[in-house]
Amino acid sequence: MPQFSFRLNGEPVTVDVDQNVRLLWVIRDVLGVTGPKYGCGIAVCKACTCHLNGEAFNPCSVRVKDIGPNDEVTTIEGLPATVGKELHPMQEAWLEYDVVQCGYCQPGQIMAAVAKVKELRAQGREITDDDLDEIRNVCRCGTYFRIREAIKSGAKMM
Amino acid sequence: MTQSDSLSHDAGAEQPEPTGLNTPIERRRFVGLLVAGPTVAAAAWLTRGASTAPAAATPPDQGGAVPANQGWVMPAGEGNVRVTPATPQYTDVHDLEDYLTDLAYPTTHLVKVEVNPDGTVSYQLPRSEVGQGITTAIGMLIAEEMDLPLDKVKVPLSDAKPELMFNMFTGGSNTINSLYYPVRTAAAAAKGALAEAAAAQLGYAADQLTARSGSFNAPDGTFVTYGELAVKAASPRTKPVQVELKPESEFSIVGKPTRRVDALEAVTGRKQFALDLPVPGAKPCMVCRPPTINGKVDTIHNLEAVRAMPGITDVATIASGIAVRGETFGQCIDAVNALQVTWVPGPKAAESDGTVAEGLKTALKAMELQPQPGAEIIEAEFNFAFASHSPLEPNTAVADVKKDRAEIWSALKIPIAAQKEIAKLLGMEMEQVRVHVTTGGGSFGRRLFFDAALEAAEISQKMGKPVKLMWHRADNVRHGRAHPKALCKIRAIVSPETVLGFEQQLVSVRNDLSHGLGDIFTPNRAPSSSGEDVSRWLFLTTQRSAYHFGTTRQYLSGETHASIADHQPGGGFNTGSMRSVYSQQVCTAQELFVDILADKFGMDRLEFRYKFAKLDKLRTVLDKLRPAWRTDLPPGVGQGVAVWLEHKQATACLVELDCRPETVNRQVRQAITGPRVTRAVYATVPGKVVVNPMGMEAQIQGGFLDGVAYALTASLHLEDGHFLEASWDNYAYTRQWNVPLDKLEIHILPPDPMEKPAGQGETAVPVSRAATACAYVRATGQMPSTWPVAHTQPLHFKPYPTVPPLPTS
Repeated sequence: MPQFSFRLNGEPVTVDVDQNVRLLWVIRDVLGVTGPKYGCGIAVCKACTCHLNGEAFNPCSVRVKDIGPNDEVTTIEGLPATVGKELHPMQEAWLEYDVVQCGYCQPGQIMAAVAKVKELRAQGREITDDDLDEIRNVCRCGTYFRIREAIKSGAKMM
Repeated sequence: MTQSDSLSHDAGAEQPEPTGLNTPIERRRFVGLLVAGPTVAAAAWLTRGASTAPAAATPPDQGGAVPANQGWVMPAGEGNVRVTPATPQYTDVHDLEDYLTDLAYPTTHLVKVEVNPDGTVSYQLPRSEVGQGITTAIGMLIAEEMDLPLDKVKVPLSDAKPELMFNMFTGGSNTINSLYYPVRTAAAAAKGALAEAAAAQLGYAADQLTARSGSFNAPDGTFVTYGELAVKAASPRTKPVQVELKPESEFSIVGKPTRRVDALEAVTGRKQFALDLPVPGAKPCMVCRPPTINGKVDTIHNLEAVRAMPGITDVATIASGIAVRGETFGQCIDAVNALQVTWVPGPKAAESDGTVAEGLKTALKAMELQPQPGAEIIEAEFNFAFASHSPLEPNTAVADVKKDRAEIWSALKIPIAAQKEIAKLLGMEMEQVRVHVTTGGGSFGRRLFFDAALEAAEISQKMGKPVKLMWHRADNVRHGRAHPKALCKIRAIVSPETVLGFEQQLVSVRNDLSHGLGDIFTPNRAPSSSGEDVSRWLFLTTQRSAYHFGTTRQYLSGETHASIADHQPGGGFNTGSMRSVYSQQVCTAQELFVDILADKFGMDRLEFRYKFAKLDKLRTVLDKLRPAWRTDLPPGVGQGVAVWLEHKQATACLVELDCRPETVNRQVRQAITGPRVTRAVYATVPGKVVVNPMGMEAQIQGGFLDGVAYALTASLHLEDGHFLEASWDNYAYTRQWNVPLDKLEIHILPPDPMEKPAGQGETAVPVSRAATACAYVRATGQMPSTWPVAHTQPLHFKPYPTVPPLPTS
């Protein structure tokens, strides 16, 4: 079995797995990190959203062979460490607005929100309603109202 | 000794010392009712209140000008319109919640509030948490009654316990209604025992002590904690005690907006769902399913090749398809898609939306209300598409079946029913099957059924290994359960002055209720049973007209696709109750029809509802919508308003919908945009108490977005025995680009103290769907032939193939 190495939440990891296995299953089934959730397997529901080198990506749709030893994958478990705190400001905002209902999509929502704010900052602007409209993460409980509020608030603390 | 002997009061006779469960106990508080009238009159109030049962109609004086009208013209304007009181309905006096609560009560003594030596209190909740927030709400009730901080109360989900009978059913928004008094009583009894022990230890009378934050404090400043008393205060025998609950007026936790107790776990990714559990040896497992619903395996052509695929450990044929087990789900997906199978088509392979619609039309019964002299008949029909519950966590279960025992983990709303069926399938006794209830990633009614748990048990037994079963999203949508397609017909008998009669019949594709309600009302799967009576009963106990429309009849006239074969497992369509069940369709049809009636009378649509509303509570909630109500919006923009009575409360919703081309065709990357809600107001008079206003608001927000989805976009298209939708970009549930930009304005009004407490999980859905539908018709002048609006529009996606069954990234 081939070996693949990458960095997961700040630590180097190496896995023995078939090269075509999507990263979501490497993270969950092989490495036992269960924050990222399965929702569709084809990158449309965005429940598994994590960061690849700081940008949002969907590990359900990336083969393990397509990332390398220097690639940094961050899951919800590793998000607080990226700011050196117990909780990332976006997670704090999520708590403040009591966004969660069932909670299944929320790790992906938070990861998507953080990446979106950072992406816009890189473009030199703050998040608008039109930007929020573009967030594709499905929440079947319908927490969208509170997600919008939390992202606006969390962005200010980032 | 006869019963009368034991109850006699012979002063001279020696009374046996009260011991154990023979201790005489009295119920101390009843509520009487002084009835207004010319002379003194009183009654006992034991159930629902005067505020709920409709009095003879006393509509407020409306006055005002009459707008222009189409059809016949009102002779002297709106002032001449009078209200004809509605005939009584079952739900005016009793409903599903009362029923479920009555069934839950007999075993409440088996569910304990337990005080732990570490000072925490635990309650094994015999209900399922799927996002609706009951672990928080029940924790709040216990914390309140015991004067404890909420974080000292632990509310884990109970394993299946058959002895609880009907008290392990999570549905009908019934948790708060059924547990409000039992949980508080248990908590108060526990606190009473602690207080007694504290009094003995501190040397004061119990009523001299004050309880605060988990300890009893004496006047001299000494104190003792609940944790220190946990063992000391334990009762050596089981005995009843008199309990007085804390007056609701003294509540300091209940009624206060409170954040969810599991929020931190959720936002850190630590919250565990079934697939996240580290069950030893339980490897990923998926099922290759047929191209048509409930098709069967005929021949597998490449079994050995698939067994040899990377990471695959086992392949086994099961009732619903072919199960594969492997090292990762990714490898299971590849194996499922690699299987070459000849399938036996499913029993509904010849059915499409059109044939089902015809079947519903044919099944309509003749309307019962007859024309009257001087009155005319107004009729309309409303079609509704199949819809998918689609919780975001797909169907999942972990199963570890050994030769002599089995252990199951799954999000289950009726775990006892699951335990029973799993035991039957495995050839075991119920006691050999241990069923753990995991927190669910959403349900919306879906987890009343336990398909995944049953399937996982079958697979684990066949493979002789533990499995972690996950349904692919495509399987959830195509082979999962669907809310049944239905047709609603309404007839009103209308004179120029009033509505003399209102008849609403629903005919639906069979709604599978074979999960039962706990153990009761489980339709027998014996050949003679149709299950239709259970559906009719569910309709009867949940549906209620909001209006004084004279002779009132609302009924489920029948079910199609309900033959004996349809009732066998895997027999017909896979259906199941979805959030609000019949109310979504009945309310939407009713409110669309009320708009037609209002127009007929030449009355403003809100004023018409105000005038004909059955209860004053409905007028109270409608008043909250008035400031936003507009009828002078630009072409292509419209408002709709709707009301509903269910779950011990009166609700109303106003929706403003922008259907102008520039909005409908607005561009959002890779999105199907469509009409957008531009303003929304929701008002409710809740029953008795709101335990957690923050949780209630969350349920209203989520329920509202469900309503918008089912009015505009979210449906399943049936074609040649399978649903076309297979992903989240096919099944168009509300996305961020559909969310109203203006926050949903929510008015939670003071509760009705004469009502019972009730849950909030479903109540926002019917009015939101109806108001959105009414707004669409107002804005566009079009009445869609089938709801939701998008259902009959050109498909917005290219359907995925059915073979291979799973779309891949």
